[in-house]
Amino acid sequence: MTEEFAIDVRGMTKRFGKHTAVDHVDLQVRKGEICGFLGPNGSGKTTFIRMLCGLLRADEGSGQCLGHDVIKDSETIKREVGYMTQKFSFWEDLTIEENLDFVARMYSLKNRRETVRQSLDRLGLTARKTQLAGQLSGGWKQRLALAACLIHEPQLLLLDEPTAGVDPKARRDFWKEINELAGQGLTFLIATHYMDEAERCHRLAFIENSKLLTHGTVAEVIAQSHLTTWAADGADLLQLAGQLQGRPGVEQVVPFGNTLHVSGPDQAALEQAIAPFRTPQYNWKQVPSGLEDVFIHLMEKPGETVSR
Amino acid sequence: MTNGRGFSFQRLWAIVVKEFIQMRRDRLTFAMMIGIPLIQLILFSFAINTDPKHLSAAVLLADRGPQGRALLSALKNSSYFQFVRQVQTESEAHDALARGEVQFLINIPESFTRDLLRGDRPTLLVEADATDPGATGGPLGALPSIINAALLNDAKGVLDYLATADGPIDLRVHAKYNPEAITQYTIVPGLLGVVLTMTMVMITSLAITRERESGTMENLLSMPTRPLEVMIGKIVPYILVGYIQMALILAVSHYMFHVPMLGNIFLMMCVTLVFIAASLAVGVTFSTLAQNQRQAMQMTMFFFLPSILLSGFMFPFRGMPEWAQAIGEILPLTHFLRLVRGILLKGNGLEDVIRQLWQIALFGVVVLIIAVLRYRKTLD
Ligand SMILES: Nc1ncnc2c1ncn2[C@@H]1O[C@H](COP(=O)(O)OP(=O)(O)O)[C@@H](O)[C@H]1O
Ligand SMILES: [Mg+2]
Repeated sequence: MTEEFAIDVRGMTKRFGKHTAVDHVDLQVRKGEICGFLGPNGSGKTTFIRMLCGLLRADEGSGQCLGHDVIKDSETIKREVGYMTQKFSFWEDLTIEENLDFVARMYSLKNRRETVRQSLDRLGLTARKTQLAGQLSGGWKQRLALAACLIHEPQLLLLDEPTAGVDPKARRDFWKEINELAGQGLTFLIATHYMDEAERCHRLAFIENSKLLTHGTVAEVIAQSHLTTWAADGADLLQLAGQLQGRPGVEQVVPFGNTLHVSGPDQAALEQAIAPFRTPQYNWKQVPSGLEDVFIHLMEKPGETVSR
Repeated sequence: MTNGRGFSFQRLWAIVVKEFIQMRRDRLTFAMMIGIPLIQLILFSFAINTDPKHLSAAVLLADRGPQGRALLSALKNSSYFQFVRQVQTESEAHDALARGEVQFLINIPESFTRDLLRGDRPTLLVEADATDPGATGGPLGALPSIINAALLNDAKGVLDYLATADGPIDLRVHAKYNPEAITQYTIVPGLLGVVLTMTMVMITSLAITRERESGTMENLLSMPTRPLEVMIGKIVPYILVGYIQMALILAVSHYMFHVPMLGNIFLMMCVTLVFIAASLAVGVTFSTLAQNQRQAMQMTMFFFLPSILLSGFMFPFRGMPEWAQAIGEILPLTHFLRLVRGILLKGNGLEDVIRQLWQIALFGVVVLIIAVLRYRKTLD
C-alpha cells in the first residue's frame, strides 16, 4: 500500500495564529500520477505544498511522502522532492548556468558540470545560458525553475502555479515536458488556476477555504457533482440569460461565445426552469458539464463536502 | 541520497562563489564598499587641521630676564600661537584654560633666565587643552625645535654650552582633559574600525534580508543546506572586502597623513580578521531578526551609533561615565581601536594584542551562536 503512493497524508493542518490555513486535508497521489491542485487564491494550496516539502512544520497530520514520515523525516523529504515556488525564486543577478550550477552544488551532485550541461540542453536553455535570470521573460524563467528543480532527479515534483503568467505556447511545451516525465515514473502535484490544465491531470484535488472539497479523476469529480448542463444557441442570448438568472433550479448561467450554458444540481428542477424558453427561437441541447462549471458549483456551495 | 547530513564544505563553497558573483554584479554596493572609506577619509582630512596656526594662548610670565622674552617672541613668530592675554596669577590662568578662552597656557617661571644661563635646565610648563587633539598636536610637536632655535641660535654661539642632549630646558607638557592625548594619528587609524563596523554590519544584514524579500530564501531553505553553511558562506566574501578597505585606509593614512606604522603588519591583519568576522556576525544576526531591508538598516544604525560614541573614537574613553565605559567594554570597536593604536603607534606585539583580542573573538562567537539559533530552517 505504502509503495503505491508517492504522497499519502492525512489530517494535514496548519494554523497561523488564529487562522487555519490548511484544515485536516487528506491527499493520496499514486506514483507516476499528475495530480492537479485547484482552489481559489488564499485557499491554502501553497501552505499545503510547503508542509509536504518540510518548509513549514505541520501542526497536525500524519502519513508518508516518498516512503518517509511526513512529519519526522522532513529533512530527507526536502532532499528527494523538487519544489518550484509560486513566485520565481532564483537569483536574478546570476545567469541561467550559474543558477543551475549553484543548485547542483547544493545537492552535492557528482559530475556536476555534465549534469548542468545536460539539464541546459534538455530544456533548450543552452543558447541562453549566459543570460541573467532577471532578464528572462516569464516562460524562460519557468523553464529555468523547472530545470533547476529537476536537476537532482527527484521522484516527486511539487509545482506551485508553475504556468502563471506564461504564454499559451510555452504552457503547451511545459505540459509536454510534464507528461514525458510522468511517463518516466515521476509524480507531480501541480497547483493551478487553469481549467485546461486541470483537465490534463490524472487526478484532481479541490481545496477551498482551507478544506478539501473534492478529490478524484476528472470524470469522477464531474460525476460526483451531479450537475446537469444545458446549452442554448440563437438570437438575444443576453436577454435569455437575464430571464433565466435566479429561477429556481438554475445555479449558473454562463455565456460561452455564441452559446449559453445553464446548469444546476437538480436535473428535474433545471428542466422545469428552462421549459418555458424551449421555443423555436432557441436551439437547446444537453451537454456534459465542464470542470469549470463543477468548480464554480463547488465554490458556491461551501460546506457541502463531496468526498470520494 | 542520504549524504550531506553534516556540514559540507562543498555547499559552503557554493554559497561563497554565489555571493562573489552577486557582489561583482551589484555595482552600487561595491562602489559603496570602496566609497565609504574614501569619503570618510577625505572628510576627516578636512576636519583634521593637520597644521593649525594662531592658536590662542595665555602666558604667565614671571621671569624678568631677556631669555624669557626671547622665548616668548620666538613662540609668537612661529605663528603657531597667538597670545590673547597675559595673566598674572596661576588661578586666573587655569580659569582661562578651563573656560576654553585659550588652548595653551605657557608658564615661564620666575628664575628662568638665571637657571638657563647657569645650565640648570629650568622647567617650562606648557598646559594644553587637548579636547581637540587634532589642533593641539601640531604645536606641541613643534615646541622643542622652536625653543631650541630661540635659545641657542639667537645667542650667536655664546650659549653653545647649553646644547646638551637633553636640551637647554626641561619642557613639560600637560595635555589636559584628554589624558590619553589622542592626536590625529590616532583618529585616522580609528577610522579603520569605524568604517569596517559600518560597512560589514550593513552589507551582510542587507545581503540576507534581500534574499528573504526577493523570495530566494524560500528556495535556499528548500535545498539541503545547513544554517552554518549559509552563515559562513555569506560572511567569507565580505572578509575580503574588509581587507580591501583596510589596505585602502592604511595606505591613505600612511602616505597622506604620515601616520607611523611601527607594529607588525601581519599581526595587524590577524587582528583585523577577528574584528571583521565579529562585525559580520552582528550583520548576520540582524538579518535573522529583521523582516525587511529597512529594518536591517535601522538595526545597523542602532549598533553603529553606540559603537562610535562609546568606543573611545569620539570621546576619550577614560573621560566617559562609568556606565558608558561598561557598555564600551562590550563593543568590539573599543578593543579594536586600542589594538590598532597599539600596533600602529606603539608597535605592540602579540602578548599585548591577545589581551584585547579575545574579547572581540568572544563577542563574535556569542553573536554567531545567536544567529545560528535564530536562523529558521522553515518559513514559520
Ligand atoms: N507565513 C504566513 N503567515 C500567516 N499567514 C499566512 C502565511 N502564509 C499563508 N498565510 C495565509 O494562509 C492562507 C492560505 O494561503 P496560501 O497557502 O498562500 O493560499 P494559496 O496558495 O491557495 O493562494 C491565506 O489566508 C494566507 O494569508
Ligand atoms: Mg499560492
